Amino acid sequence: MASSFSRILSSKRSVGLLSVVGGSVAAGFLLHREHVTAGEPLRRRYPASAEYPDLRKHNNCMASHLTPAIYAKLCDKTTPNGFTLDQAIQTGVDNPGHPFIKTVGMVAGDEETYEVFADLLDPVIKERHNGYDARTMKHPTDLDATKIHSGNFDERYVLSSRVRTGRSIRGLSLPPACTRAERREVERVVVDALAGLKGDLTGRYYSLTQMTEKEQQQLIDDHFLFDKPVSPLLTCAGMARDWPDARGIWHNNEKTFLIWVNEEDHTRVISMEKGGNMKRVFERFCKGLKEVERLIQERGWEFMWNERLGYVLTCPSNLGTGLRAGVHVKLPLLSKDPRFSKILDNLRLQKRGTGGVDTAAVGGVFDISNLDRLGHSEVQLVQTVIDGVNYLIECEKRLEKGQDIKVPPPIRQFK
Amino acid sequence: MPFGNTHNKFKMNYSAEQEYPDLSQHNNHMAKVLTLEMYSKLRDKETPSGFTLDDVIQTGVDNPGHPFIMTVGCVAGDEETYEVFKDLMDPVIEDRHGGYKPADTHKTDLNAENLQGGDDLDPNYVLSSRVRTGRSIRGFCLPPHCSRGERRAIEQLSIEALDSLEGDLKGKYYALKNMSEEEQQQLIDDHFLFDKPVSPLLLASGMARDWPDARGIWHNDNKTFLVWVNEEDHLRVISMQKGGNMREVFTRFCTGLTKIEDLFKNRGHEFMWNEHLGYVLTCPSNLGTGLRAGVHVKLPNVSKHEKFGEILKRLRLQKRGTGGVDTAAVGGVFDISNADRLGFSEVELVQMVVDGVNLLVNMEKRLEGGEGIDDMMPEQK
Repeated sequence: MASSFSRILSSKRSVGLLSVVGGSVAAGFLLHREHVTAGEPLRRRYPASAEYPDLRKHNNCMASHLTPAIYAKLCDKTTPNGFTLDQAIQTGVDNPGHPFIKTVGMVAGDEETYEVFADLLDPVIKERHNGYDARTMKHPTDLDATKIHSGNFDERYVLSSRVRTGRSIRGLSLPPACTRAERREVERVVVDALAGLKGDLTGRYYSLTQMTEKEQQQLIDDHFLFDKPVSPLLTCAGMARDWPDARGIWHNNEKTFLIWVNEEDHTRVISMEKGGNMKRVFERFCKGLKEVERLIQERGWEFMWNERLGYVLTCPSNLGTGLRAGVHVKLPLLSKDPRFSKILDNLRLQKRGTGGVDTAAVGGVFDISNLDRLGHSEVQLVQTVIDGVNYLIECEKRLEKGQDIKVPPPIRQFK
Repeated sequence: MPFGNTHNKFKMNYSAEQEYPDLSQHNNHMAKVLTLEMYSKLRDKETPSGFTLDDVIQTGVDNPGHPFIMTVGCVAGDEETYEVFKDLMDPVIEDRHGGYKPADTHKTDLNAENLQGGDDLDPNYVLSSRVRTGRSIRGFCLPPHCSRGERRAIEQLSIEALDSLEGDLKGKYYALKNMSEEEQQQLIDDHFLFDKPVSPLLLASGMARDWPDARGIWHNDNKTFLVWVNEEDHLRVISMQKGGNMREVFTRFCTGLTKIEDLFKNRGHEFMWNEHLGYVLTCPSNLGTGLRAGVHVKLPNVSKHEKFGEILKRLRLQKRGTGGVDTAAVGGVFDISNADRLGFSEVELVQMVVDGVNLLVNMEKRLEGGEGIDDMMPEQK
């Protein structure tokens, strides 16, 4: 059973057949680790002890968990597509990390990476996702936006609202490992499906290799254009190969729904608007995602998803929902309060500057978003952001009036 | 081993058309030569260590090049790359090395006695003299492809060999990952320390993986003979000193290289070399001698002459700024070196530099004196 499945996974037509026969739940079940066969073992000239990386100066999740014993056990294995442990960890070996920021330090080259190299990935996932045990727990997926309440922020404080996630096309390798043909196939499948979107989701694709100067300038002005990655965390993982071949941006005519193709993941899906109507942003997000999923399924494809890990993406930090829901919000007084960090922590929120991760806040305006990705559903995470941001705004208002604020109790994590 | 290409057989599920890179914006030697037909023919091949066509060309696909500078756009992962992917490498080599044909033989000559003169380049003009080359240890994969275990083995062998050098070549090895702050500062002040490559040309080929593991610098106590371990090649060997005594620099270069080669042979290892390609290195541009002999020389007047470019071309010389390739000249001081690497011996190339620099300095003196240099124009070498 296992070996015939791994053959099936290599052929796109068969993937379509599999989903028609068994549906995505069956495909997800079949990926349960006992059924996945590793590929041909790797040729080695040196023993594992001679190849084990020097991680003494390293501070990332991979380095914390890759013992010589685990390395020796896994270094000869390959996924059915030929992805190896050394490839998975290369980015973490090349980027020791920072004493204050703990990066993940490894990536997946395909869906099977998470099975074949589970001995390393499970502890990495547990550390990164606050104790989530991939061996025993199940991840809830919930894209029913009707469950959201109080999703309309005070627009004197919230300037914009945004929700993003990623989706991977099952059967095709991920950006660190994909060949040019696979990457082009991802583009073809996605662009083909997006052409079927209608109504307020009607839009257009702009290929990075073919866009005109005018189109490029417009996309820059709209803050939509993404560039070749410069971060060594990404380039060392091999995801920038062959740039800009098969990369592009799709967005709807209203510029509220945007999809990046073949950047760090097969697709990154973004819903955004000026103002504070997070509920509407999330509604469009869910509707768009479900539509795209329906359209690719019509063509015999599906997203990478399973019960344990939720949506499967390149970076283990984005497993589960892959969701970051955030706002740009004015908190000039609260941000100067010494309790600000603790309040954010307890609300399971994270702050960034308005340029995105690793930028500084300007004019007291912060990007506030959810910390968690895995183990909580999309609805739960967005509600957490809504409740949290509402609380932050209340604090800001109280401070404006000279009243005191309270640090809220921490939200309970996993049982 | 670069990314995404190790399991070559999996890629054969897709057609050559589907996998063929888009080279329409590209201007490098690889892109000029790699047609769809050639790609189809070579894509299922691998060297014995598993290096594939896509591994060879990745750097050239990722770096389209520059309209004015023609980069090579491909690298070797091991010695066999030049054989297995001959159909690609031969025309690239021919284009890059002035028409060098697949049947040509390359002459190696590391006998410094064969050099004529070279000990008296005018030190009023020639500030420093330097000769560098590279060497690869046969049987090991090259920097784009080697595993950590191999790279460490190369480092170990190199340290053992270099530690045995004596006399004015006696020296010390500084591992990049172990050096103290003091040692690091000293090496920077001496202009010896090399850093992790930042050029996307090098990074895209995978040669900076696992930095700084198994990389280091060895130099003699006199600081005139220097070896880089596991940067762009297994070994880069450099002989240098202030002033214009190129002969002495070259003599030490040849002596040092020959001794190092003997020390490796005593331990059962040899350098990658063959009659056709000479010394085999990672970048096809460094085949043959891998030799760049150069000086830092003051030529404020000659460099402004309208025929400067033509003179250099005829002398088979190349100019760079004093920061190395892609830098600008400062204060009229230029780095002048041989343009060729393959098809001429080491002695021949250094001779060209010696004779050419002498001529340039004489031209400079003439122009200083307000006279012309038209009667001094050289023939094309």
